[in-house]
Amino acid sequence: MSTTIAAPPDKRVLITKPRTSDRIFRGVVTAFGISALLILTLIGVFLSVRGIQTFHSQGWHFLTNFKWEVVQNDDGTATSNLGIGAMLLGTILISIVALLIGVPLSIAMALFLTFYAPAKLKTFLVSVVDLMAAFPSVLFGLWGFFVLMPMVTYWAKLIYKYFNWIPVFSAPEPFFERSPFTAGVVLAIMIIPIVTSVSREVFAQTPLDRIQAAYALGATKWGVIKSVVFPFGSSGVVGGAMLGLGRAFGETVAVFTVLNIVFRGNWHVLYGAGGNVASLIILKWGESTGDETTALLAAGFVLFILTLVVNLSANFIVRRSVKSGK
Amino acid sequence: MTQINQGDDNSTNEGESMTTETVPSSLAGVAASRSSSRKPGTLPMGAGLEARGVHAWFNKHLALRDVSLDFGFGTVTALIGPSGCGKSTFIRTMNRMHEFIPGAAMAGEVLLDGKDIYAAGTDVTKIRLQIGMVFQKPNPFPSMTIGENVLSGIKLAQLKVDNKDDLLEECLVRAGLWSEVKDRLSAHGGSLSGGQQQRLCIARSLAVKPRVLLMDEPCSALDPGSTLRIEDTIGELAKTMTIIIVTHNMQQAARVSDYTAFFLSDGGPGQMVEVGPTSEIFSRPRDKRTENYVSGRFG
Amino acid sequence: MTMTVKPRKPWAPNRKDRVRSLSVLAVAVFGAWAVVSFTGLSGKIGFIFSFVLIYTLVQAIVGVRLRGSKALGDTVAQSIIYLGSALVFMPVASILYMTVTKGIKGLHFSLFTASMSNASFLDPVGNGGLLHALVGTLYLVLIAMVVSVPMGILTALYLTEIKGKGAGFIQFVVQAMSGVPSVVAGLFIFTSVILVSPLKTSAAAGALALAVLMIPTVTRTSQEVLLLVPTDLREAGLAMGATQWRTVAMIVVPAARNGLITATILGVARIAGETAPLIFTIGGADKLNMNPFKDYQSALPFYVWKGLTLGTPESLQRAWTGILILLILVLSLFVAARSLGGRRMAK
Repeated sequence: MSTTIAAPPDKRVLITKPRTSDRIFRGVVTAFGISALLILTLIGVFLSVRGIQTFHSQGWHFLTNFKWEVVQNDDGTATSNLGIGAMLLGTILISIVALLIGVPLSIAMALFLTFYAPAKLKTFLVSVVDLMAAFPSVLFGLWGFFVLMPMVTYWAKLIYKYFNWIPVFSAPEPFFERSPFTAGVVLAIMIIPIVTSVSREVFAQTPLDRIQAAYALGATKWGVIKSVVFPFGSSGVVGGAMLGLGRAFGETVAVFTVLNIVFRGNWHVLYGAGGNVASLIILKWGESTGDETTALLAAGFVLFILTLVVNLSANFIVRRSVKSGK
Repeated sequence: MTQINQGDDNSTNEGESMTTETVPSSLAGVAASRSSSRKPGTLPMGAGLEARGVHAWFNKHLALRDVSLDFGFGTVTALIGPSGCGKSTFIRTMNRMHEFIPGAAMAGEVLLDGKDIYAAGTDVTKIRLQIGMVFQKPNPFPSMTIGENVLSGIKLAQLKVDNKDDLLEECLVRAGLWSEVKDRLSAHGGSLSGGQQQRLCIARSLAVKPRVLLMDEPCSALDPGSTLRIEDTIGELAKTMTIIIVTHNMQQAARVSDYTAFFLSDGGPGQMVEVGPTSEIFSRPRDKRTENYVSGRFG
Repeated sequence: MTMTVKPRKPWAPNRKDRVRSLSVLAVAVFGAWAVVSFTGLSGKIGFIFSFVLIYTLVQAIVGVRLRGSKALGDTVAQSIIYLGSALVFMPVASILYMTVTKGIKGLHFSLFTASMSNASFLDPVGNGGLLHALVGTLYLVLIAMVVSVPMGILTALYLTEIKGKGAGFIQFVVQAMSGVPSVVAGLFIFTSVILVSPLKTSAAAGALALAVLMIPTVTRTSQEVLLLVPTDLREAGLAMGATQWRTVAMIVVPAARNGLITATILGVARIAGETAPLIFTIGGADKLNMNPFKDYQSALPFYVWKGLTLGTPESLQRAWTGILILLILVLSLFVAARSLGGRRMAK
């Protein structure tokens, strides 16, 4: 008698034949599901089709050129020398300021909400943070200009007075109104809600058994946060910060209000001259024609790609960190 | 070694002088036979842990009523009983882990060497350093290596240690894990098997030199082989510390413990029905309900 | 022993602890006051700065005396976390306070009955009103809703009910879409609709731009709500022999109804205050335009924007009043979403 073990039978393929109504239902819903992809693609297509002329006429230099000039020639034609180098530099500068101020505050708030606040205060503060996210950006512009800017200008003067030996805090001349620093502070406040809520979500998922293990070893609250919560949630916080960065890149109206837009590469954060791609678009939109309008569309395309990349990587990081915790 | 029975409320007032004068009649013999091990001074690590009239609430719900138990140094006490009888709640009141649950409240006292660990102004982190805990599910810190896991308590509590390598080895040896991991101390804790992880957690608890070790169903997530190894470890550890173990497994209670306390909830709050030397609880319990439980008629 | 035992919370701060933390606070306030009065540091900034420093320091000293050296990191971290949270709270309070106090000065009845057709932003504040902007915002919101609510909910259904092969990818796309800058959405509608289709600058064009921003919000919130519908319910429907279509239409969607309304409200709250996309799409009229598909239109945020950019005292007063009304609108939507769906649903 042979003792070979019988091979397991082949798996049966399960076929369900949906009814007509279900097929229509699935078809319609799937079509709408795909529409999101379609819209996103169309945004890229339409902006790039219009903007491509700019890349033809200005070349890749468009991204690094600090000038934005349209010169009327004698024969009626116009020569344009257009670039968003200064605006890109400014966007990055402002966003860095926003992250440096906004992210630590958001982490503090998220930790407070998750581990320190009593239940009632927590509910209240969560609403406050959500409320902040719902403020229209034109409100931030208005408030930023009339309330925050005088304060920030004062801080800027102080920082300049004591730290101007640090290159970033120096300035070609003592003019501190509507500086990248001002815009960065406004943006910091605007990105706090998103960074806080992502961080809070990640912190709240820290496995309870590990937190308890640390407490059972005699850890203080801060010890638990440092040794258990941060290692668990750090990548989520990074993802949240990047979502904030995406916001900061794309913010238009508020930045426009509190920033002095100048076509010059300025990296002195305190000095009142800066740039921002999104603000450039609304600054030049009303008066622009021909080449200039096309260039603004090209700038919009660059901004779109920039925020897309930042957002996708942010979501990737957040999702990975949330998954790995389970 | 004394065990204060439930409802014994005539004991002396708590205070610095409070040690082991209260000897209830029923277990006096046992206490006398083992009391030699508790002479002050002979054993510097000696820790008498004593629960007095401990109640526990979750919001309005009374989960545990009036438990008084005395745990002598060097003994292993098993807490048995069906699910929901309050034994896990009770063990968590013993090192103040109970208070992490929102809405938790308690009454009564828990005395460590005669001092109430719930007294105002007590530094709770110091209490937990002296009363360690091993949890149901192995929970090594995933971001740390095996070595870092063992020494994490030192870092968390900012303790000073002369020789970390010695301590590391000592703890792993005592937890019965040294031979298995000595060549890969820098591997991550998550790379170990479940049973090894649990022994790693025991080693981690040992590193801060607790005098009492609480174990909340430490083997319920493990296979029989790992369970046996941990039971061996418990036997070894009991020579130098007090151990309280919650278990669902009556055989385990019979194997590892000197004393057994039976908890039960009759639909209301959990209560301690009976406590005594393990052999007595399993052979001739005084309470009918204990007998029914240990003989497998319910639970 | 009878049941006369009272539950205690020995871990909660007792009176002594409270007195101690209050005295630390008092010491810090007094110390900061002293620093501001007697040294070079002055003003609000100086006060806050020295308060933070003294508070942290005293807190740390008290902590270390009570609990030993490991309390140092704990107390310092706690102070920093408390103060950081307070710093986050301050701008919100300031924004609300400023909006109400400044905006209330420009409120008058004809705001809601008149447009700016016979008035200029530079006129005294009593002239004209923002009826045209209210109507514009109403049109924008309604049309954006009509477009994005079905799209958002159906996309959410695709992600939760069909769970096709592409679901993971579509999820990714929806998240990417929620990061599209509002200015880009405006440019997109300008190039894809206004330049090439019969629909020119109008409320409808603006609404399409807003819909681009609203779809991801509606989708993500609906998805969360639909996921909360227990699988049992779906299985119960299918087990009775119902088609998936009927199960979704008659069981899943009704079960999630409140949540889906919440999703819509949150979507509206997200777009009602958007300004940037409107700059490219609605033109910005000063008179009432009742046709949403033709001619220049205004909107509340646009009205505020115009007042802000003109920069005269009268136009700024109009901007503050406009933003107050816009804020009240957004906040009521917010409160409505909250009370309807609760936190669980509306997250």
